[in-house]
Amino acid sequence: MTRYVSEFRDPAIARRLCAEIKFLVTAPWVIMEVCGGQTHAIVRSGIDQALPPQVRLVHGPGCPVCVTPIEVIDQAIAIARRPETILCSFGDMLRVPGSHQDLITARAQGGDLRIVYSPLEALQIARENPGQQVVFLAIGFETTAPGNAMAVSLAAREGLDNFSLLVCHVLVPPAMRALLGAPDNRVQGYLAAGHVCTVTGLADYEAISRDYRVPIVVTGLEPNDILEGLVMVLRQLEAGEHRVENQYQRSVRPAGNPLAWGMVEKVFAVRDQKWRGIGLLPASGLGLREEFAAFDAARKFEVAAITPEESPLCISGLVLQGIKRPDECPAFGAGCRPEHPLGATMVSSEGACAAYFHYQRL
Amino acid sequence: MDDGPDNKNPALTGGLACPLPFTRREQVLLAHGAGGRLSAELIGALILPRFANPALTRLHDQAILTLPPGRLAFSTDTYVVDPLIFPGGDIGELAINGTVNDVAMSGARPLFLSLGLVLEEGLPFATLERILDSMERAAREAGVQVVTGDTKVVPRGKCDKLFINTSGVGVVPEGLELDASRIRSGDVVIVSGTVGDHGLAVLTCRERLSFISQIRSDTAALYNLVAVMLAASSRIRVLRDPTRGGVATSLNEFAASSRLGIVVEEDSLPVAPAVRGACEALGLDPLTVANEGKLLAVVAREDAEPLLAAIKGHPLGREARIIGQVVDEHPGLVALRTGLGVKRLLEMPVAEQLPRIC
Repeated sequence: MTRYVSEFRDPAIARRLCAEIKFLVTAPWVIMEVCGGQTHAIVRSGIDQALPPQVRLVHGPGCPVCVTPIEVIDQAIAIARRPETILCSFGDMLRVPGSHQDLITARAQGGDLRIVYSPLEALQIARENPGQQVVFLAIGFETTAPGNAMAVSLAAREGLDNFSLLVCHVLVPPAMRALLGAPDNRVQGYLAAGHVCTVTGLADYEAISRDYRVPIVVTGLEPNDILEGLVMVLRQLEAGEHRVENQYQRSVRPAGNPLAWGMVEKVFAVRDQKWRGIGLLPASGLGLREEFAAFDAARKFEVAAITPEESPLCISGLVLQGIKRPDECPAFGAGCRPEHPLGATMVSSEGACAAYFHYQRL
Repeated sequence: MDDGPDNKNPALTGGLACPLPFTRREQVLLAHGAGGRLSAELIGALILPRFANPALTRLHDQAILTLPPGRLAFSTDTYVVDPLIFPGGDIGELAINGTVNDVAMSGARPLFLSLGLVLEEGLPFATLERILDSMERAAREAGVQVVTGDTKVVPRGKCDKLFINTSGVGVVPEGLELDASRIRSGDVVIVSGTVGDHGLAVLTCRERLSFISQIRSDTAALYNLVAVMLAASSRIRVLRDPTRGGVATSLNEFAASSRLGIVVEEDSLPVAPAVRGACEALGLDPLTVANEGKLLAVVAREDAEPLLAAIKGHPLGREARIIGQVVDEHPGLVALRTGLGVKRLLEMPVAEQLPRIC
């Protein structure tokens, strides 16, 4: 596996790309990397420190754990605490603060909570525990949607009545539009999330680039991918151009993965969606289609009416929109730390606050 | 668990000379820990033949030991690994090597161990015997004697198959003081081999991550390597085996105790390709993953090369490398210099590592 990444981390190539950026840049630019995985790669490898001062990177909303509304965490906790349920989740979600506690505490208090690596694993747990209700916490962007759609599709085919999803799926392009349309927007160019485009292709991005006259480069997640993506965005910005370019050609095809997205469209329909810290964005999420309603844990367990409570000190919404840097938050590193977080951005492995906390306090 | 008045030290009646016949059973029963005949059978048939030595076979409530003069190094650790048996080792080997290593990091030669077993009712004897076999082998290879012990059986569900506690003692050579407070600016940090192997071996085995090629635990007793190192340099400041929390945690402890900074060169870290690949896939950092057969040494700069050569000459240190140095800047913190030549913070992990979503 390593040999597929070493080239994209080669320090000599990285230094050459940095030199190219320094040579290119004649004016100040603000560029947003959309994906939280990219944010972590940037801070971890020190790209933000190696760039010339005119290039400012702001961190985007592309952290699925961070934008999952607090009420979904509360619902998941309520489900996990029921005696007849097994709640399955990606590990990332366990330390995300809900209104009163997190999932890891719910587990310590007796909830049956299992970390899985794939929704198909949760499906297998359902097959093996016919007397228990197995619920998968189905969060994420377009990247995780095909797997979740596949799990529901298989469960329907097998007639499993003890498997369901607590769904919180979000879509990237509506969020990118919302940020560009905001009155205080500063973003002049995007590094779009390579893994998302692997599934969906480029069509939505062409429209955004055209409508907002903004360069978008679909970019991978390794340090040299990001540096190359920056070179491509900066070339467009310096030339006064705007179009979609694909830095991540080894993974992204213009049409995406029609098979995977077809599976998503069979099971899910687009709906308005609330994003933690950002608010309700029209047509920015996926919900189970009516014919798969039996697999909707929110209906099955009647947990929809929970009233959430956010910490009033947390500014993660501004961080997720690239308006504030994590270290501009008064609570950063003081009242808010990974061991007692106020917001999800401090605990997710893709959260910007976590990236700053873990790598930048030297 | 209190022995009843009538069966104080029941195994004494068996002893080594004439062990009670071991009634063949498939699984451990609660009675094997009740202090009665079955307890005596278990000790007489499974424990004594493997670990026999004069202090143990007295079977008193305590071992009476004669130690060489000097300061005592004393350590204890409890082993609760799941699965019990994993690629490259098992809980038994880990329980011997882990405590041997904790004692050895003081420079002391580990001499004696205690062994506490907590068995879950229903544990297959075949599993127990296999684990005791590897404990016997590990103790023999490490040159330590198990001199006292205890066995308890708890009802099914009250523990996870088998927990082991070992405590160990050794005597620190006169004049030797290995302590992080002795670290000085300009000192060099050496790691004895690849990092992250043990943690990934257990994780990939436990989670049945079949897409990852097999990674083997590095569990090993390190005293012989320590002895070679102590002979090669008198200016070793501190030794530590980076187990739970990995190299990042040990280095942060060094920085905190010495009130100095440490800079690690990312490009110089030895990580096996399979471990690097698995860490990539799971979103883990090999620097925060546990090792069970590696050590970190901080040594005065002038001794770094000769010490490195000595470590590389030992079978457990072939892939040793210099990975960093001690600096005056950022006291109490560890920095990683990335391929871009930029320094960023290297923290100890906050809590258990949780695999990421995508």
